[in-house]
Amino acid sequence: MSEASPAAADVVVSLTNVQVQFGGGSVRAVDTVSLDVGRGEVVALVGESGCGKTTLIRAIIGLEPLAHGSIAVEGSTVGGGRRLRALRRRVQMIFQDPSGALNPRHSIYEAVAEGLRIHKVKGHEPTLVAEALAAAGLRPPDRYLRRFPHELSGGQRQRVIIAAAMALQPALLLADEPVASLDASIRGEILALMRSFVDSRGVSIIAVTHDLGLAWNIADRVAVMYLGRIVEVGPTEEVLRSPKHPYTQALLSVVPEIEGMAQQILVGETPDPSRIPSGCRFHPRCPVVASGEADRLGFGDRCRGVDLELEPEVAAHRVACHAVAR
Amino acid sequence: MSVLELHDLHVTYRTDGGSVPAVRGVNLSLDTGDTVGLAGESGCGKSTIAGAVLRLLPKGTEVSGKVLLDGEDVYAMKPGRLRAVRWTSAAIVFQGALHSLNPVRRVGLQIEEAILLHSQQSARSARIRVGELLEKVGLPAGQAERYPHQLSGGQRQRVLIALALACEPKLLIADEPTTALDVMVQAQVLRLLEELQREHGLSLLFITHDLSVLTHTCERLAVMYAGRIVEEGPSTQVFADPQHPYSRALAAAFPTIGDPASRMNPQGLAGDPPDPSALPAGCPFHLRCAVAAPECSSLDVALRPAGAGRSAACVHVGATDV
Repeated sequence: MSEASPAAADVVVSLTNVQVQFGGGSVRAVDTVSLDVGRGEVVALVGESGCGKTTLIRAIIGLEPLAHGSIAVEGSTVGGGRRLRALRRRVQMIFQDPSGALNPRHSIYEAVAEGLRIHKVKGHEPTLVAEALAAAGLRPPDRYLRRFPHELSGGQRQRVIIAAAMALQPALLLADEPVASLDASIRGEILALMRSFVDSRGVSIIAVTHDLGLAWNIADRVAVMYLGRIVEVGPTEEVLRSPKHPYTQALLSVVPEIEGMAQQILVGETPDPSRIPSGCRFHPRCPVVASGEADRLGFGDRCRGVDLELEPEVAAHRVACHAVAR
Repeated sequence: MSVLELHDLHVTYRTDGGSVPAVRGVNLSLDTGDTVGLAGESGCGKSTIAGAVLRLLPKGTEVSGKVLLDGEDVYAMKPGRLRAVRWTSAAIVFQGALHSLNPVRRVGLQIEEAILLHSQQSARSARIRVGELLEKVGLPAGQAERYPHQLSGGQRQRVLIALALACEPKLLIADEPTTALDVMVQAQVLRLLEELQREHGLSLLFITHDLSVLTHTCERLAVMYAGRIVEEGPSTQVFADPQHPYSRALAAAFPTIGDPASRMNPQGLAGDPPDPSALPAGCPFHLRCAVAAPECSSLDVALRPAGAGRSAACVHVGATDV
């Protein structure tokens, strides 16, 4: 488990001041995000819809052009051209809906073999496919090879996706709500499988999710995003047990499993990245501002007027909040 | 007085592939003001029950047993009576708010239509009532002029709740009403449902796969597996101390944040949800059960007492008393 940010040599992906814009710059979906993920580290990227978490991982795999900043995977900068293919072997993506990610007319064998062929992976193809399926818990693999996606359950389909991704021996898995479409009883098994690849093969994972329970279950670190920014980041135990940012506190307070925590239901809709408020972008929904506490303690004007980024990198647990930075 | 009673309800779908028993003998009763949560995986039959209560199931579906709304047998009602009972005795809020609303009609008109169809009100008083209903669910009355696509997911779900309340039903059935919503909006909608339930003394049947949400919103909890209730009791007890191994697995799937036991330790249930058209012999759960006994592959246990106000369908429950 990484306590601080990982040492430079062991960084699998490094984001520096990344900005992704849409609509000719009118929408800043990702707005100045810096984050390093170490080898064998699981980072959960949490936040509401529209916070930019999915756009951010699409940028890592080269699907979104950067307006500013840079992304490096294992030391080489993510850009276009031939290097993209090499990158896409090292970085694999797992989507929310395993049914949509599998070609319904391809057998399970084909689903796993396709990636091996595209990336010209050396070895005996049938053996590689069988090993990948077995490693993903589809045992014995012979029973699945000739079947089609519709013959499998949702959990099994997600295992096929994970098998196809892991067959390429990636350094980094980008998982976009990997278990959100699965039944609750199945989720734990899939999460355990993902974590087992981290521990046995040293793969790193960035898991985009709205589910803080997932973060508690498998993540070493948590990064909380709000309107394109990371507003709090740190080791999972610290962020989820003693959240500092009022937004993180509110998110945690509405998790039904947490007993004895007064619910802080934020009013209003999920914020709109085409209209980012001035000052701290969270201030229109912030309970500290709304209750008048910020003004009483004399920093309300800064909340409304001064935009801020994460604290400088001195501690592992960092936050972007005027109330904390005082 | 029971608002809703299900007696030995069986529902079997007819498909090209044969008959699929979706609900296999469910007994359930809700009194005035009761809040009951119905939990389980996809395919366990929980949504079928919602459809069965108001006779909304596809044509040809076989239903046996009894469904009593306010003591009246729903399946003995004439079409006119059934139409009157829908909305006024019981109303349903579905998951997909976008699909439950007519996309080319203003939302206010859709609520108004329901009021006019089910009561002897003038158009003018119905319109006033629409404004009141929207305000009750936290929307400005002016939103009545909007079309569904002009509203956010949370706002549409609020409109559906307003629609369900239009004819002041005694029973509200909520079928995964918050599943498609963002966490914060989900919390808003849940709080709204809780307030409305208290304020109007509504009986609430809340259907979802999310056990943790139910524990928060409902007093009683019924856990379904393969078309049957396998555990029932006060929700906090069922969640904190489940008696059936399936409820145990389901409860463990929702980690308690801050609890060292679940840290880096995701808990799941091996195997897949059962196929209702091909259930195993004996206890339908025994193939996935961590504590299955030899007799479980042949013995199908009915619900039995498991403490005060609780019951569970498992050979291990109450075994020491026998």
